Amino acid sequence: MIEFLRNPYFLIALTFVIYLSACQLRRQFGLSLMNPILISVILLVAFLYSADIEYETYYESGKFIEFWLKPAVVALGVPLYGQLSSIRKQLIPLLMAELAGCIAGLVSVVAIAELFGATKEVIISLAPKAVTTPIAMEISSALGGNPSLTAAVVVCVGIFGGMAGFSMVRLSRIKSSMAGGLSIGTASHAVGTAAAIERGGERYGAFSSLGLTLNGLFTALLAPVILPLLGY
Amino acid sequence: MNLILQCAVLFCFLAIGELVVWLTGIPIPSSIIGMVLLAASLECGIVKLSQVETFANFLTRNLGFFFVPAGVGVIRCMGLISTQWLPIIIATVLSTFIIIAVTGWTHQWSRHITKHFHRND
Repeated sequence: MIEFLRNPYFLIALTFVIYLSACQLRRQFGLSLMNPILISVILLVAFLYSADIEYETYYESGKFIEFWLKPAVVALGVPLYGQLSSIRKQLIPLLMAELAGCIAGLVSVVAIAELFGATKEVIISLAPKAVTTPIAMEISSALGGNPSLTAAVVVCVGIFGGMAGFSMVRLSRIKSSMAGGLSIGTASHAVGTAAAIERGGERYGAFSSLGLTLNGLFTALLAPVILPLLGY
Repeated sequence: MNLILQCAVLFCFLAIGELVVWLTGIPIPSSIIGMVLLAASLECGIVKLSQVETFANFLTRNLGFFFVPAGVGVIRCMGLISTQWLPIIIATVLSTFIIIAVTGWTHQWSRHITKHFHRND
């Protein structure tokens, strides 16, 4: 019986059921702290630990779910298209905001991690944390980080951005919904964007997906230049 | 609303993105290239909104689910996290806040400036 727990279709079914229950839980209690991704990850990790299944076995199933990440990122082209006209009207502000956000993010995460004594491997793994998983993992491994750690941190950043992003926007007195959406997408990629669509509506979501696109581009281009300048 | 057609459109754009990366070797993920090309093709009318909308909305609304396996990968770096959780958490939280503030401020401020310029024209 215990051997069956390693069945690939069982593990896929389990992931679906856990995620659905986590969504249901949040709908019932309405707490934004109960992020379905976070709850699913915690429950699955607990399950793998207690059933003594190593990650590689789980990933044999998990990779079929992760596979849809790439077409889903392509699909973000649809909300992006919906906002093209307002984007064209403010191309320069958008590029300036993204450039500033990208550099501020890279420099701040490296400086703070260094200040608190993180090792070189961890610092490099943290550097691309604001962008979506496929980009972040590629940057991390290309520069000598740990791609697994990067993926975990990226997911946490997304969850955090989805939960606290709106309060952070309010705290920093950002008033326009365009700037707010853009900031959340820049800081917390697709997971933050999903929350932005859910809570802020189409326009918020469109600027958020714009933020994640532009920051993905800028980070992929700038991280290999900025990290050596910072000594990594 | 033909879902196979919608699926085909999305995967064609992903494949074009892969092709661009393969041909040029640029360090940008294929999915990001596909996303930009899809938005451009919708704008030019090469692809109609009705040919992607339903499936694209399904994927974007459930984006979080596709991140779960990567999140479970945390299990592989428990060692690093248990020794360096403090810098990881502080750097991540503060930096996320800094990105939101800097991006939002720069956007509002530069829009203010450019609007001002246009008014003086």
